[in-house]
Amino acid sequence: MYTDKVMDHFTNPRNVGEIKDASGVGEVGNAKCGDIMRIYLDIEDDRIKDVKFKTFGCGAAIATSSMVTELVIGKTLKEALEVTNNTVAEALDGLPPAKMHCSNLAADAMHAAIQDYMKKEKVQA
Amino acid sequence: MRKVYFDHSATTPTAPEVASLMVEYMTTHYGNPSSVHSFGRETKKALIKARAQVAELIGANPLEILFTSGGTEADNIAIRGVAKANKKRGNHIITTQIEHHAVLHACEALEKEGFRVTYVPVDEYARVNPKDIEDAICDDTILISVMFANNEVGTLQPIKEIGKIAKEHGIYFHTDAVQAVGNYPIDVNEYGIDLLTMSAHKFHGPKGVGALYIRKGVKIRPISFGGAQERTLRPGTENIPGIIGLGKAAEIAKAELEGKMAHLQRLRDRLITGIQERIDEAKLNGHPTERMPGNVNFSFRYIEGEALLLNLDLRGIAGSSGSACTSGSLDPSHVLLAMGMTHEIAHGSLRLSLGRDNTDEDVDYCLEVLPEIVARLRSMSPLYNGNKEA
Ligand SMILES: Cc1ncc(COP(=O)(O)O)c(C=O)c1O
Ligand SMILES: [Zn+2]
Repeated sequence: MYTDKVMDHFTNPRNVGEIKDASGVGEVGNAKCGDIMRIYLDIEDDRIKDVKFKTFGCGAAIATSSMVTELVIGKTLKEALEVTNNTVAEALDGLPPAKMHCSNLAADAMHAAIQDYMKKEKVQA
Repeated sequence: MRKVYFDHSATTPTAPEVASLMVEYMTTHYGNPSSVHSFGRETKKALIKARAQVAELIGANPLEILFTSGGTEADNIAIRGVAKANKKRGNHIITTQIEHHAVLHACEALEKEGFRVTYVPVDEYARVNPKDIEDAICDDTILISVMFANNEVGTLQPIKEIGKIAKEHGIYFHTDAVQAVGNYPIDVNEYGIDLLTMSAHKFHGPKGVGALYIRKGVKIRPISFGGAQERTLRPGTENIPGIIGLGKAAEIAKAELEGKMAHLQRLRDRLITGIQERIDEAKLNGHPTERMPGNVNFSFRYIEGEALLLNLDLRGIAGSSGSACTSGSLDPSHVLLAMGMTHEIAHGSLRLSLGRDNTDEDVDYCLEVLPEIVARLRSMSPLYNGNKEA
Protein backbone atom coordinates (compact mmCIF):
# COMPACT_ATOMS: atom_id res chain seq x y z
CA MET A 1 0.00 0.00 0.00
CA TYR A 2 3.05 2.30 0.32
CA THR A 3 5.21 3.38 -2.64
CA ASP A 4 8.82 2.24 -2.92
CA LYS A 5 9.95 5.75 -2.00
CA VAL A 6 7.91 5.73 1.21
CA MET A 7 9.33 2.33 2.13
CA ASP A 8 12.85 3.55 1.34
CA HIS A 9 12.49 6.56 3.64
CA PHE A 10 10.77 4.43 6.26
CA THR A 11 13.48 1.77 6.33
CA ASN A 12 16.41 4.19 5.93
CA PRO A 13 15.18 7.44 7.41
CA ARG A 14 17.48 10.42 6.72
CA ASN A 15 18.51 12.89 9.39
CA VAL A 16 17.04 11.20 12.45
CA GLY A 17 18.03 12.77 15.73
CA GLU A 18 18.17 16.06 17.60
CA ILE A 19 20.18 19.25 17.29
CA LYS A 20 21.56 20.64 20.54
CA ASP A 21 20.84 24.37 20.88
CA ALA A 22 18.83 24.29 17.64
CA SER A 23 17.98 27.61 15.97
CA GLY A 24 14.36 26.53 15.88
CA VAL A 25 12.24 23.55 16.95
CA GLY A 26 8.75 22.76 15.67
CA GLU A 27 6.32 20.06 16.73
CA VAL A 28 2.92 19.07 15.36
CA GLY A 29 0.38 16.33 16.06
CA ASN A 30 -0.54 14.67 19.32
CA ALA A 31 -0.51 11.21 20.78
CA LYS A 32 -4.29 11.02 20.51
CA CYS A 33 -4.25 10.86 16.71
CA GLY A 34 -1.14 8.70 16.71
CA ASP A 35 1.44 10.87 14.98
CA ILE A 36 3.84 13.41 16.53
CA MET A 37 6.62 15.00 14.49
CA ARG A 38 9.37 17.21 15.84
CA ILE A 39 11.81 19.06 13.55
CA TYR A 40 15.08 20.69 14.66
CA LEU A 41 16.73 23.34 12.47
CA ASP A 42 20.22 24.76 12.47
CA ILE A 43 19.98 28.06 10.61
CA GLU A 44 22.83 30.31 9.49
CA ASP A 45 22.45 33.43 7.33
CA ASP A 46 18.84 32.57 6.55
CA ARG A 47 19.83 29.17 5.26
CA ILE A 48 19.07 25.72 6.71
CA LYS A 49 22.49 24.31 7.49
CA ASP A 50 21.27 21.20 9.22
CA VAL A 51 17.93 19.57 10.01
CA LYS A 52 17.00 16.62 12.18
CA PHE A 53 13.73 14.95 13.13
CA LYS A 54 12.13 12.71 15.72
CA THR A 55 8.78 11.11 15.00
CA PHE A 56 6.25 8.99 16.86
CA GLY A 57 3.98 7.53 14.23
CA CYS A 58 3.25 5.16 11.40
CA GLY A 59 5.24 4.41 8.27
CA ALA A 60 3.86 7.48 6.49
CA ALA A 61 4.67 9.76 9.43
CA ILE A 62 8.27 8.57 9.53
CA ALA A 63 8.72 8.70 5.74
CA THR A 64 7.28 12.22 5.38
CA SER A 65 9.49 13.45 8.23
CA SER A 66 12.55 11.98 6.59
CA MET A 67 11.59 13.39 3.16
CA VAL A 68 11.01 16.91 4.43
CA THR A 69 14.49 17.00 5.94
CA GLU A 70 15.97 16.05 2.55
CA LEU A 71 13.86 18.63 0.76
CA VAL A 72 14.92 21.60 2.88
CA ILE A 73 18.50 20.94 3.84
CA GLY A 74 20.67 23.69 2.31
CA LYS A 75 17.63 25.75 1.32
CA THR A 76 16.95 29.38 2.25
CA LEU A 77 14.12 29.96 4.71
CA LYS A 78 12.02 31.47 1.93
CA GLU A 79 12.50 28.36 -0.20
CA ALA A 80 11.77 26.07 2.75
CA LEU A 81 8.53 27.89 3.49
CA GLU A 82 7.37 27.03 -0.03
CA VAL A 83 7.66 23.31 0.74
CA THR A 84 4.20 22.10 1.78
CA ASN A 85 2.73 18.81 3.00
CA ASN A 86 1.65 18.22 -0.60
CA THR A 87 5.19 18.77 -1.90
CA VAL A 88 6.35 16.11 0.54
CA ALA A 89 3.65 13.63 -0.47
CA GLU A 90 4.45 14.19 -4.16
CA ALA A 91 8.17 13.70 -3.55
CA LEU A 92 7.29 10.31 -2.05
CA ASP A 93 5.28 9.40 -5.20
CA GLY A 94 2.07 9.78 -3.21
CA LEU A 95 0.55 8.48 0.02
CA PRO A 96 -2.53 6.32 0.60
CA PRO A 97 -5.60 8.61 0.92
CA ALA A 98 -6.12 7.68 4.59
CA LYS A 99 -2.60 8.95 5.35
CA MET A 100 -2.98 12.41 3.79
CA HIS A 101 -4.16 14.05 7.03
CA CYS A 102 -2.70 13.04 10.39
CA SER A 103 0.38 11.34 9.00
CA ASN A 104 1.37 14.05 6.51
CA LEU A 105 2.27 17.00 8.73
CA ALA A 106 6.04 17.01 8.42
CA ALA A 107 6.12 20.26 6.42
CA ASP A 108 3.93 21.88 9.07
CA ALA A 109 6.44 20.83 11.71
CA MET A 110 9.27 22.29 9.62
CA HIS A 111 7.33 25.57 9.22
CA ALA A 112 6.72 25.64 12.95
CA ALA A 113 10.45 25.28 13.50
CA ILE A 114 11.14 28.24 11.18
CA GLN A 115 8.53 30.29 13.02
CA ASP A 116 10.15 29.36 16.32
CA TYR A 117 13.48 30.59 14.94
CA MET A 118 12.00 33.88 13.67
CA LYS A 119 10.32 34.54 17.00
CA LYS A 120 13.61 34.04 18.83
CA GLU A 121 15.44 36.29 16.34
CA LYS A 122 12.92 39.07 16.91
CA VAL A 123 13.38 38.87 20.65
CA GLN A 124 17.14 39.13 20.20
CA ALA A 125 16.96 42.00 17.68
CA MET B 1 14.45 -14.89 4.93
CA ARG B 2 12.64 -16.70 7.68
CA LYS B 3 8.86 -16.29 7.46
CA VAL B 4 6.79 -16.40 10.64
CA TYR B 5 3.01 -16.16 10.53
CA PHE B 6 1.72 -14.79 13.84
CA ASP B 7 -1.68 -13.58 12.68
CA HIS B 8 -3.94 -16.59 13.24
CA SER B 9 -6.64 -14.44 14.82
CA ALA B 10 -7.03 -12.74 11.44
CA THR B 11 -7.12 -16.02 9.56
CA THR B 12 -5.47 -19.44 9.44
CA PRO B 13 -4.12 -21.50 6.53
CA THR B 14 -6.70 -23.93 5.18
CA ALA B 15 -5.68 -27.47 6.14
CA PRO B 16 -4.52 -29.44 3.05
CA GLU B 17 -7.03 -32.27 3.74
CA VAL B 18 -9.77 -29.66 3.90
CA ALA B 19 -8.70 -27.99 0.66
CA SER B 20 -8.47 -31.25 -1.30
CA LEU B 21 -11.88 -32.36 -0.10
CA MET B 22 -13.31 -29.02 -1.17
CA VAL B 23 -11.90 -29.44 -4.67
CA GLU B 24 -13.73 -32.76 -4.94
CA TYR B 25 -16.98 -30.98 -4.14
CA MET B 26 -16.36 -28.49 -6.93
CA THR B 27 -15.18 -30.80 -9.69
CA THR B 28 -16.49 -34.32 -9.04
CA HIS B 29 -19.49 -33.96 -6.72
CA TYR B 30 -20.97 -30.74 -8.01
CA GLY B 31 -24.68 -31.49 -7.75
CA ASN B 32 -27.13 -29.09 -6.15
CA PRO B 33 -28.29 -30.64 -2.85
CA SER B 34 -31.86 -29.57 -3.62
CA SER B 35 -31.94 -31.69 -6.79
CA VAL B 36 -33.63 -35.10 -6.71
CA HIS B 37 -31.16 -36.92 -8.99
CA SER B 38 -28.11 -38.89 -7.90
CA PHE B 39 -25.80 -35.86 -8.29
CA GLY B 40 -27.94 -33.88 -5.91
CA ARG B 41 -28.41 -36.72 -3.45
CA GLU B 42 -24.66 -37.27 -3.23
CA THR B 43 -24.10 -33.64 -2.29
CA LYS B 44 -27.05 -33.68 0.09
CA LYS B 45 -25.47 -36.57 1.94
CA ALA B 46 -22.22 -34.63 2.33
CA LEU B 47 -24.15 -31.60 3.57
CA ILE B 48 -25.79 -33.71 6.26
CA LYS B 49 -22.43 -35.09 7.30
CA ALA B 50 -20.90 -31.60 7.56
CA ARG B 51 -23.80 -30.47 9.75
CA ALA B 52 -23.15 -33.39 12.09
CA GLN B 53 -19.41 -32.65 12.22
CA VAL B 54 -20.03 -29.02 13.15
CA ALA B 55 -22.68 -29.94 15.73
CA GLU B 56 -20.32 -32.46 17.28
CA LEU B 57 -17.64 -29.81 17.83
CA ILE B 58 -19.90 -27.75 20.10
CA GLY B 59 -22.14 -30.42 21.62
CA ALA B 60 -25.20 -29.45 19.59
CA ASN B 61 -27.85 -31.33 17.62
CA PRO B 62 -27.21 -31.20 13.84
CA LEU B 63 -30.66 -29.70 13.28
CA GLU B 64 -29.59 -26.70 15.35
CA ILE B 65 -26.79 -25.77 12.91
CA LEU B 66 -27.38 -23.14 10.24
CA PHE B 67 -24.69 -22.63 7.60
CA THR B 68 -23.84 -19.04 6.73
CA SER B 69 -21.35 -17.07 4.67
CA GLY B 70 -19.16 -16.53 7.75
CA GLY B 71 -19.03 -15.01 11.19
CA THR B 72 -20.42 -11.65 10.11
CA GLU B 73 -23.56 -13.08 8.56
CA ALA B 74 -24.13 -15.44 11.50
CA ASP B 75 -23.90 -12.48 13.91
CA ASN B 76 -26.35 -10.50 11.82
CA ILE B 77 -28.86 -13.34 11.56
CA ALA B 78 -28.61 -13.98 15.31
CA ILE B 79 -29.08 -10.38 16.37
CA ARG B 80 -31.47 -9.04 13.77
CA GLY B 81 -33.33 -12.34 13.47
CA VAL B 82 -33.99 -12.60 17.22
CA ALA B 83 -34.78 -8.89 17.57
CA LYS B 84 -37.36 -8.95 14.79
CA ALA B 85 -38.98 -12.19 15.95
CA ASN B 86 -39.32 -11.08 19.58
CA LYS B 87 -40.32 -7.46 19.12
CA LYS B 88 -43.66 -8.06 20.82
CA ARG B 89 -41.88 -9.21 23.97
CA GLY B 90 -39.54 -6.25 24.14
CA ASN B 91 -37.04 -4.10 22.33
CA HIS B 92 -34.00 -4.06 24.58
CA ILE B 93 -30.68 -5.76 23.79
CA ILE B 94 -27.61 -6.07 26.00
CA THR B 95 -24.14 -6.41 24.56
CA THR B 96 -20.62 -5.20 25.42
CA GLN B 97 -18.32 -2.41 24.32
CA ILE B 98 -15.68 -4.83 23.01
CA GLU B 99 -17.68 -6.86 20.50
CA HIS B 100 -16.58 -7.32 16.91
CA HIS B 101 -18.03 -4.75 14.51
CA ALA B 102 -20.29 -7.47 13.10
CA VAL B 103 -22.19 -7.36 16.42
CA LEU B 104 -21.70 -3.68 17.28
CA HIS B 105 -22.80 -2.35 13.91
CA ALA B 106 -25.75 -4.75 13.75
CA CYS B 107 -26.84 -3.40 17.15
CA GLU B 108 -26.34 0.20 16.05
CA ALA B 109 -28.51 -0.46 13.00
CA LEU B 110 -31.25 -1.82 15.29
CA GLU B 111 -31.03 1.30 17.45
CA LYS B 112 -31.90 3.35 14.37
CA GLU B 113 -34.95 1.11 13.97
CA GLY B 114 -36.23 1.78 17.48
CA PHE B 115 -34.50 -0.88 19.59
CA ARG B 116 -32.61 0.09 22.75
CA VAL B 117 -29.13 -1.31 23.23
CA THR B 118 -26.98 -1.30 26.37
CA TYR B 119 -23.24 -1.58 25.73
CA VAL B 120 -21.83 -2.94 28.98
CA PRO B 121 -18.27 -1.79 29.81
CA VAL B 122 -15.31 -4.06 30.62
CA ASP B 123 -12.48 -3.94 33.14
CA GLU B 124 -8.81 -3.22 32.37
CA TYR B 125 -8.37 -6.84 31.26
CA ALA B 126 -11.27 -6.57 28.79
CA ARG B 127 -13.41 -8.82 30.97
CA VAL B 128 -17.12 -8.26 31.48
CA ASN B 129 -18.51 -8.47 34.99
CA PRO B 130 -21.58 -10.77 34.90
CA LYS B 131 -23.15 -8.56 37.56
CA ASP B 132 -23.08 -5.62 35.11
CA ILE B 133 -24.95 -7.76 32.60
CA GLU B 134 -27.53 -8.69 35.22
CA ASP B 135 -27.91 -5.06 36.32
CA ALA B 136 -28.56 -4.02 32.73
CA ILE B 137 -31.54 -6.39 32.39
CA CYS B 138 -34.92 -4.67 32.05
CA ASP B 139 -38.46 -6.01 31.71
CA ASP B 140 -38.21 -5.65 27.96
CA THR B 141 -34.77 -7.26 27.44
CA ILE B 142 -34.97 -9.93 24.74
CA LEU B 143 -31.34 -10.72 23.94
CA ILE B 144 -27.91 -10.74 25.57
CA SER B 145 -24.93 -10.98 23.20
CA VAL B 146 -21.44 -11.36 24.68
CA MET B 147 -18.45 -12.64 22.72
CA PHE B 148 -16.76 -15.84 23.94
CA ALA B 149 -13.22 -14.56 23.47
CA ASN B 150 -12.09 -11.16 22.31
CA ASN B 151 -10.35 -11.11 18.94
CA GLU B 152 -7.78 -8.43 19.83
CA VAL B 153 -6.61 -9.17 23.34
CA GLY B 154 -7.85 -12.77 23.63
CA THR B 155 -9.72 -12.31 26.90
CA LEU B 156 -12.16 -15.14 27.67
CA GLN B 157 -15.49 -13.94 29.00
CA PRO B 158 -17.44 -15.44 31.93
CA ILE B 159 -19.80 -17.13 29.51
CA LYS B 160 -21.10 -19.76 31.93
CA GLU B 161 -22.16 -17.14 34.48
CA ILE B 162 -23.80 -15.00 31.82
CA GLY B 163 -25.55 -18.04 30.39
CA LYS B 164 -26.95 -18.77 33.82
CA ILE B 165 -28.17 -15.21 34.30
CA ALA B 166 -29.83 -15.20 30.88
CA LYS B 167 -31.59 -18.45 31.65
CA GLU B 168 -32.84 -17.25 35.05
CA HIS B 169 -34.39 -14.21 33.40
CA GLY B 170 -35.74 -16.07 30.37
CA ILE B 171 -33.63 -14.03 27.93
CA TYR B 172 -31.95 -15.42 24.83
CA PHE B 173 -28.14 -15.60 25.04
CA HIS B 174 -26.01 -15.26 21.92
CA THR B 175 -22.22 -15.54 21.89
CA ASP B 176 -19.89 -14.59 19.05
CA ALA B 177 -17.45 -17.48 19.45
CA VAL B 178 -15.58 -16.89 16.19
CA GLN B 179 -12.19 -16.80 17.92
CA ALA B 180 -12.93 -19.68 20.27
CA VAL B 181 -14.63 -22.40 18.20
CA GLY B 182 -12.06 -24.97 17.13
CA ASN B 183 -9.45 -23.37 19.38
CA TYR B 184 -11.05 -23.76 22.80
CA PRO B 185 -13.47 -26.40 24.14
CA ILE B 186 -17.10 -25.31 23.94
CA ASP B 187 -20.26 -27.17 24.81
CA VAL B 188 -23.38 -25.12 24.20
CA ASN B 189 -25.34 -26.92 26.93
CA GLU B 190 -22.64 -26.66 29.54
CA TYR B 191 -22.35 -22.91 28.88
CA GLY B 192 -26.09 -22.23 28.58
CA ILE B 193 -25.75 -20.76 25.09
CA ASP B 194 -28.86 -20.25 22.92
CA LEU B 195 -27.14 -18.92 19.81
CA LEU B 196 -23.49 -19.21 18.83
CA THR B 197 -21.51 -17.78 15.92
CA MET B 198 -18.53 -19.53 14.35
CA SER B 199 -16.35 -18.97 11.31
CA ALA B 200 -14.42 -21.71 9.47
CA HIS B 201 -11.32 -19.73 8.56
CA LYS B 202 -10.29 -19.24 12.18
CA PHE B 203 -9.65 -22.97 12.57
CA HIS B 204 -8.04 -24.09 9.32
CA GLY B 205 -11.25 -24.12 7.29
CA PRO B 206 -11.97 -21.95 4.26
CA LYS B 207 -12.85 -18.24 4.26
CA GLY B 208 -16.39 -17.08 3.59
CA VAL B 209 -18.23 -19.84 5.41
CA GLY B 210 -19.45 -20.17 8.97
CA ALA B 211 -22.35 -21.34 11.03
CA LEU B 212 -24.90 -20.17 13.55
CA TYR B 213 -26.01 -22.54 16.27
CA ILE B 214 -29.64 -21.88 17.16
CA ARG B 215 -31.02 -23.82 20.12
CA LYS B 216 -34.24 -25.66 19.32
CA GLY B 217 -37.21 -23.49 20.23
CA VAL B 218 -35.50 -20.10 19.87
CA LYS B 219 -37.79 -17.66 18.08
CA ILE B 220 -35.94 -16.24 15.10
CA ARG B 221 -36.88 -14.76 11.72
CA PRO B 222 -35.07 -14.61 8.39
CA ILE B 223 -33.31 -11.37 7.53
CA SER B 224 -32.94 -12.17 3.83
CA PHE B 225 -35.40 -13.89 1.55
CA GLY B 226 -35.33 -16.53 -1.14
CA GLY B 227 -35.54 -20.30 -1.38
CA ALA B 228 -36.15 -22.88 1.32
CA GLN B 229 -32.52 -23.71 2.08
CA GLU B 230 -31.38 -23.72 5.72
CA ARG B 231 -35.00 -23.68 6.90
CA THR B 232 -35.48 -20.38 4.97
CA LEU B 233 -33.26 -18.66 7.55
CA ARG B 234 -30.37 -18.52 5.11
CA PRO B 235 -31.85 -18.89 1.63
CA GLY B 236 -29.76 -19.48 -1.47
CA THR B 237 -27.90 -22.46 -2.93
CA GLU B 238 -25.53 -23.69 -0.27
CA ASN B 239 -21.79 -22.97 -0.53
CA ILE B 240 -21.16 -26.69 -0.72
CA PRO B 241 -17.35 -26.71 -1.03
CA GLY B 242 -17.16 -24.23 1.85
CA ILE B 243 -19.59 -26.14 4.05
CA ILE B 244 -17.86 -29.46 3.39
CA GLY B 245 -14.57 -27.73 4.26
CA LEU B 246 -16.05 -26.33 7.47
CA GLY B 247 -17.28 -29.80 8.45
CA LYS B 248 -13.88 -31.37 7.85
CA ALA B 249 -12.10 -28.55 9.69
CA ALA B 250 -14.47 -29.04 12.63
CA GLU B 251 -13.71 -32.77 12.73
CA ILE B 252 -9.94 -32.13 12.66
CA ALA B 253 -10.20 -29.36 15.27
CA LYS B 254 -12.08 -31.63 17.65
CA ALA B 255 -9.48 -34.38 17.31
CA GLU B 256 -6.53 -32.01 17.70
CA LEU B 257 -7.92 -29.61 20.28
CA GLU B 258 -6.21 -30.79 23.43
CA GLY B 259 -2.77 -31.11 21.88
CA LYS B 260 -3.09 -27.85 19.99
CA MET B 261 -4.10 -25.92 23.12
CA ALA B 262 -1.18 -27.24 25.13
CA HIS B 263 1.24 -26.43 22.30
CA LEU B 264 -0.10 -22.90 21.82
CA GLN B 265 -0.21 -22.15 25.52
CA ARG B 266 3.40 -23.15 25.92
CA LEU B 267 4.57 -21.05 22.96
CA ARG B 268 2.37 -18.16 24.09
CA ASP B 269 3.82 -18.14 27.58
CA ARG B 270 7.38 -18.36 26.23
CA LEU B 271 6.73 -15.40 23.97
CA ILE B 272 5.08 -13.34 26.73
CA THR B 273 7.85 -14.02 29.25
CA GLY B 274 10.54 -13.49 26.64
CA ILE B 275 9.16 -10.10 25.65
CA GLN B 276 8.78 -9.02 29.28
CA GLU B 277 12.39 -10.01 29.99
CA ARG B 278 13.82 -8.26 26.95
CA ILE B 279 11.80 -5.07 26.55
CA ASP B 280 11.21 -2.30 29.11
CA GLU B 281 7.81 -0.68 29.42
CA ALA B 282 6.08 -3.47 27.55
CA LYS B 283 2.57 -3.89 28.86
CA LEU B 284 0.70 -7.15 28.37
CA ASN B 285 -2.81 -6.35 27.18
CA GLY B 286 -5.71 -8.62 28.08
CA HIS B 287 -6.11 -11.02 30.98
CA PRO B 288 -3.00 -12.69 32.46
CA THR B 289 -4.66 -16.10 32.72
CA GLU B 290 -8.16 -15.97 31.21
CA ARG B 291 -6.93 -15.63 27.64
CA MET B 292 -6.97 -17.58 24.39
CA PRO B 293 -4.14 -20.12 24.18
CA GLY B 294 -2.60 -18.46 21.12
CA ASN B 295 -3.03 -14.77 21.94
CA VAL B 296 -0.16 -12.42 22.76
CA ASN B 297 -0.89 -8.69 22.86
CA PHE B 298 1.50 -6.00 24.07
CA SER B 299 1.69 -2.24 24.07
CA PHE B 300 5.17 -0.82 23.68
CA ARG B 301 5.29 2.67 25.02
CA TYR B 302 6.57 5.58 22.88
CA ILE B 303 6.10 3.83 19.54
CA GLU B 304 3.28 3.35 17.08
CA GLY B 305 1.89 0.02 15.97
CA GLU B 306 1.96 0.34 12.20
CA ALA B 307 5.64 1.27 12.15
CA LEU B 308 6.25 -1.77 14.32
CA LEU B 309 4.24 -4.05 11.98
CA LEU B 310 6.04 -2.79 8.89
CA ASN B 311 9.41 -3.39 10.50
CA LEU B 312 8.40 -6.88 11.60
CA ASP B 313 7.11 -7.58 8.11
CA LEU B 314 10.46 -6.55 6.64
CA ARG B 315 11.98 -9.26 8.83
CA GLY B 316 9.37 -11.80 7.75
CA ILE B 317 7.12 -11.70 10.82
CA ALA B 318 3.37 -11.16 10.33
CA GLY B 319 1.40 -9.59 13.20
CA SER B 320 -1.34 -7.01 13.65
CA SER B 321 -2.07 -3.85 15.65
CA GLY B 322 -4.94 -1.86 17.13
CA SER B 323 -3.34 1.43 16.12
CA ALA B 324 -5.45 4.03 14.31
CA CYS B 325 -2.87 4.10 11.55
CA THR B 326 -3.69 0.50 10.67
CA SER B 327 -7.46 0.79 10.96
CA GLY B 328 -8.02 3.57 8.46
CA SER B 329 -9.87 5.59 11.10
CA LEU B 330 -8.54 8.27 13.39
CA ASP B 331 -9.11 6.31 16.56
CA PRO B 332 -7.27 3.29 17.85
CA SER B 333 -9.20 0.10 18.50
CA HIS B 334 -12.47 0.45 20.43
CA VAL B 335 -11.45 -2.60 22.47
CA LEU B 336 -8.23 -1.05 23.79
CA LEU B 337 -10.03 2.22 24.57
CA ALA B 338 -12.83 0.34 26.38
CA MET B 339 -10.12 -1.23 28.55
CA GLY B 340 -9.24 2.28 29.68
CA MET B 341 -6.00 2.56 27.73
CA THR B 342 -4.78 6.02 26.74
CA HIS B 343 -4.65 6.75 23.02
CA GLU B 344 -0.88 6.85 23.11
CA ILE B 345 -0.55 3.37 24.59
CA ALA B 346 -3.30 1.97 22.37
CA HIS B 347 -1.44 3.20 19.27
CA GLY B 348 1.56 1.13 20.30
CA SER B 349 -0.24 -2.19 20.50
CA LEU B 350 0.95 -5.34 18.80
CA ARG B 351 -1.00 -8.60 18.51
CA LEU B 352 0.87 -11.80 17.80
CA SER B 353 -1.56 -14.70 17.44
CA LEU B 354 -0.05 -18.15 17.27
CA GLY B 355 -1.24 -21.23 15.39
CA ARG B 356 -0.72 -24.96 15.35
CA ASP B 357 2.15 -24.85 12.84
CA ASN B 358 4.24 -22.34 14.81
CA THR B 359 7.39 -23.66 16.48
CA ASP B 360 9.84 -22.80 19.24
CA GLU B 361 12.16 -21.50 16.53
CA ASP B 362 9.48 -19.01 15.45
CA VAL B 363 9.26 -17.73 19.01
CA ASP B 364 13.07 -17.54 19.30
CA TYR B 365 13.32 -15.62 16.05
CA CYS B 366 10.65 -13.14 17.13
CA LEU B 367 12.36 -12.64 20.49
CA GLU B 368 15.60 -11.89 18.65
CA VAL B 369 14.09 -9.41 16.16
CA LEU B 370 11.43 -7.59 18.18
CA PRO B 371 13.66 -5.95 20.84
CA GLU B 372 15.90 -4.46 18.11
CA ILE B 373 12.94 -3.01 16.27
CA VAL B 374 11.36 -1.55 19.40
CA ALA B 375 14.70 0.00 20.41
CA ARG B 376 15.21 1.52 16.96
CA LEU B 377 11.72 3.04 16.82
CA ARG B 378 12.07 4.36 20.35
CA SER B 379 15.36 6.02 19.46
CA MET B 380 13.41 7.90 16.74
CA SER B 381 10.51 8.85 19.01
CA PRO B 382 10.15 12.36 20.44
CA LEU B 383 8.26 10.82 23.38
CA TYR B 384 11.17 8.66 24.48
CA ASN B 385 13.93 9.97 26.70
CA GLY B 386 15.86 6.78 27.07
CA ASN B 387 15.08 6.64 30.75
CA LYS B 388 11.97 5.29 32.34
CA GLU B 389 10.39 8.50 33.51
CA ALA B 390 9.61 10.72 30.55
C1 LIG C 1 -14.89 -12.06 17.11
C2 LIG C 1 -15.17 -12.03 15.64
N1 LIG C 1 -16.43 -11.96 15.21
C3 LIG C 1 -16.73 -11.95 13.90
C4 LIG C 1 -15.75 -12.00 12.93
C5 LIG C 1 -16.14 -11.97 11.49
O1 LIG C 1 -16.01 -13.22 10.90
P1 LIG C 1 -15.97 -13.41 9.32
O2 LIG C 1 -14.68 -12.82 8.85
O3 LIG C 1 -16.07 -14.87 9.07
O4 LIG C 1 -17.16 -12.68 8.75
C6 LIG C 1 -14.41 -12.07 13.34
C7 LIG C 1 -13.33 -12.08 12.33
O5 LIG C 1 -12.27 -11.50 12.50
C8 LIG C 1 -14.12 -12.09 14.73
O6 LIG C 1 -12.86 -12.16 15.16
ZN1 LIG D 1 -0.17 7.76 10.80
